[in-house]
Amino acid sequence: MGVFNMLSFLNYFISGLSLGSIYAIIALGYTMVYGIAKMLNFAHGDFIMIGCYMIFTIVSTMGLPPVAGIIVAVIVCTILGVTTEKVAYKPLRGASSPLAVLITAIGVSYLLENAALLIFGADTKSFTSVISWSGITLAGGQLKIQGVTIVTIAVSLLILVFLQLFVHKTKEGQAMLAVSQDRGAATLMGINVNKTISITFAIGSALAAIAGALLCSAYPSLTPYTGAMPGIKAFVAAVLGGIGSIPGAMIGGLVLGIIEILSRTYISSQLSDAIVFSILIIVLLVKPTGILGKNIQEKV
Amino acid sequence: MALLEVTNLSITFGGLRAVDNFNLTMEKGELYGLIGPNGAGKTTVFNLLTGVYKADEGLIKLDGLDITGHRTAEIDRDGIARTFQNIRLFKDLPVIDNVKVGLHNQFNYSTAESMLHCGRYHKVEKEMDEEAMKLLGVFDLDKERDYLSANLPYGKQRKLEIARAMATKPKLLLLDEPAAGMNPNETAELMETIQLIRDKFDMTILLIEHDMKLVSGICEKLTVLNFGRILAHGDTKDVLANPEVIKAYIGE
Amino acid sequence: MRKTQKKTLITYAIVIIAYIILEIFMKAGLMSSHLKGLLVPMVYYAIAAVALNLCVGILGELSLGHAGFMCVGAFSSAIVSQLLSGAIPDALRFILALIIGVVISALFGMLIGIPVLRLNGDYLAIVTLAFGEIIKNILNSIYLGVDSAGVHLSLKSQMALGLADDGKVLINGAMGITGTPQDSNFTIAIVVLLISLFIVQNMIDSRDGRAIMSIRDNRIASESVGINITKYKMTGFVVSAAIAGAAGVLFSHNIATMQATSQYFGYNVSIMILVYVVLGGIGNIRGSVIAACILYLLPELLRGLNKYRMLIYSIVLIVMMIINWSPALRDKRDKLRKKLMKGAGHGAA
Repeated sequence: MGVFNMLSFLNYFISGLSLGSIYAIIALGYTMVYGIAKMLNFAHGDFIMIGCYMIFTIVSTMGLPPVAGIIVAVIVCTILGVTTEKVAYKPLRGASSPLAVLITAIGVSYLLENAALLIFGADTKSFTSVISWSGITLAGGQLKIQGVTIVTIAVSLLILVFLQLFVHKTKEGQAMLAVSQDRGAATLMGINVNKTISITFAIGSALAAIAGALLCSAYPSLTPYTGAMPGIKAFVAAVLGGIGSIPGAMIGGLVLGIIEILSRTYISSQLSDAIVFSILIIVLLVKPTGILGKNIQEKV
Repeated sequence: MALLEVTNLSITFGGLRAVDNFNLTMEKGELYGLIGPNGAGKTTVFNLLTGVYKADEGLIKLDGLDITGHRTAEIDRDGIARTFQNIRLFKDLPVIDNVKVGLHNQFNYSTAESMLHCGRYHKVEKEMDEEAMKLLGVFDLDKERDYLSANLPYGKQRKLEIARAMATKPKLLLLDEPAAGMNPNETAELMETIQLIRDKFDMTILLIEHDMKLVSGICEKLTVLNFGRILAHGDTKDVLANPEVIKAYIGE
Repeated sequence: MRKTQKKTLITYAIVIIAYIILEIFMKAGLMSSHLKGLLVPMVYYAIAAVALNLCVGILGELSLGHAGFMCVGAFSSAIVSQLLSGAIPDALRFILALIIGVVISALFGMLIGIPVLRLNGDYLAIVTLAFGEIIKNILNSIYLGVDSAGVHLSLKSQMALGLADDGKVLINGAMGITGTPQDSNFTIAIVVLLISLFIVQNMIDSRDGRAIMSIRDNRIASESVGINITKYKMTGFVVSAAIAGAAGVLFSHNIATMQATSQYFGYNVSIMILVYVVLGGIGNIRGSVIAACILYLLPELLRGLNKYRMLIYSIVLIVMMIINWSPALRDKRDKLRKKLMKGAGHGAA
């Protein structure tokens, strides 16, 4: 560990912000789907992985520019998300047990992981970063911030702003708010619930693709299981910030990323995961609705 | 001493005063009706009485005991049982098991005895079975004891829900729109059942209903709610003839 | 005899008959050594499936970390066996190890259950998933040893334990536990399975079981008849964790070197057990045993299709869930069933 160095702390802090931004983007997808479709899309983390493999195929295998890779990834993930919802989740709306759709989502996650295993193999692929900017150097050469890091934080802020505007200012966004609060009433008001949920999944999956691009640019090893752990941690972030809340997902993601990087650096890399998950336990013990969450009463 | 004394019960949801200064006194053995237009707050009153919601203000006393603020499971043990607007049966359990769950707190043996089927298990299970069958018999459901509760016709499902509530040996029974979704035959049968319960078990009953035939047929007294406030209360005949009440239902 | 009693007796009978048949094959030398080696794992995965079905099908809560409870049971029982090996008769030692493995798993079940079960939502799935991963990681980094001075624990290395010459390394970090007495044979495994079935099937047909199932079917109604929701959720979950721990005990006494790897205790194992439960029928205890046995043996015997096995399982899982739980399809099935019943003159469920 050694002497506490302010500059290196800053460096790690910024890394934490960057990782946290990725978690935030993933958490946004989770929280939107949870708030509007009322389900935990377990396969969300694997959508990220699919996005990464798309970029890898386009960029590393086919040699096309990164932009093309990102576009393809977003399109593929969006189609994947909307299709999954229509085929696997929608038939289970109103099922007698909420476990049904949860288990099915696990099935989808499993399916994606094994399909990727068959198609791309289990070997770790080396991902070429989609961001070629090498970053900036501050404090007279002592503090170097990677380009990926800065772009990640910027992108997540942009996404947050875009989503807030979308939800509060557009018709579809307002429809999403209505469906998340009272699906029955929304239907009665003429809102097309199916379309709204599809749009939600589309946005969430597109965000997953972008998160994938940023994740694998920062941590360039890609396997069929690359999306699983970040997906789970992003869920912890969503719970921390308040599940169902868009700003909450952002805050939760950033806080989680910072805690993870700092505990990995200053405590232990093996225990950092344990620490991250103990946060989940603490939140559930103390304030299950999270930092910004609201208490939603069940209808009796 | 009155069985149920509710004083100044109020609750606000997000700026809307859903129930405002609700008062109610019920004597033992009364068959009381709570009526009012849709959205008046009737089910909210039930939810307050059964601990689903916590009142912002007010006092609830059951048989002299202050039960204000008690949570749902505790209130059942205190002596208030209820049925729900949308029938809530244990769908994947057979009819008799639904009642046996209601009998849960009337009989006891430990988890260890549950796992090993030893000790008090056989004796108590036999007693529970007999008690459950007795109760099903009162509601004419004993022949269907092994049917999956989800497979019963609607009218019988409602009776089963009431039977389960009665299994908890309540002092006060709350019925939330028991006749909802029933045809006239089923409603008539239900009216008989409710009166039977009151007479046979010396039960005090408070029910929410929209079906005026049932209300005027069996309720002795009524309280009318409108916009969360009491509009009128008293003997059924008088309340139903009250022009304010009629206006509230028909509308402006 | 009541219908439920008949059903449970048939389940015991199936297990005992299968055991007798397989034992005969083994003793007659008709079984390949490959298959012989698969018997004990098949049984402890059946036990794990029964445990998980108690949680998912009876209590109605999703746990994705049952491999973690197996891990806890495996390691704690292995330590007990290593410490007491030779000091007391083998049979007694194994029983003690089994009891302690089960108790420690139950304790972990309680630890997880207390914060999570009082909440209503999908939190248990994620928390148990995290638990499975964390416990595996922690056990992987632990060095545990014992000597005449007492117990030594280190997170750094075997050397850092500072054991005396008469000391014994119990857990060697990522190298795991070596040399646990190999007590698990097919007979003992079947006995543990029968005990697990006894406990679970008894629970279901009891006051506790009805309370637990009422929570699954309608929590709000269950509360309204005075059931203590948290208490019975905990009961169901802790028993489920304990039985998974028992499966782990059989595991650790069936393997020469046990490491806390993903292969044995990872997320994939938890999902595998869930697949057994779903395909055997959620809530169908007998189905869990049968599904676990078939689905475990099949791929081991048909090595060729192994590549596609997981893919096929995941597709079957999704299809089965939709067919069984989609309200639209259920309506179609009920209408069909009613039509058929009218024809046959039935009335009962």
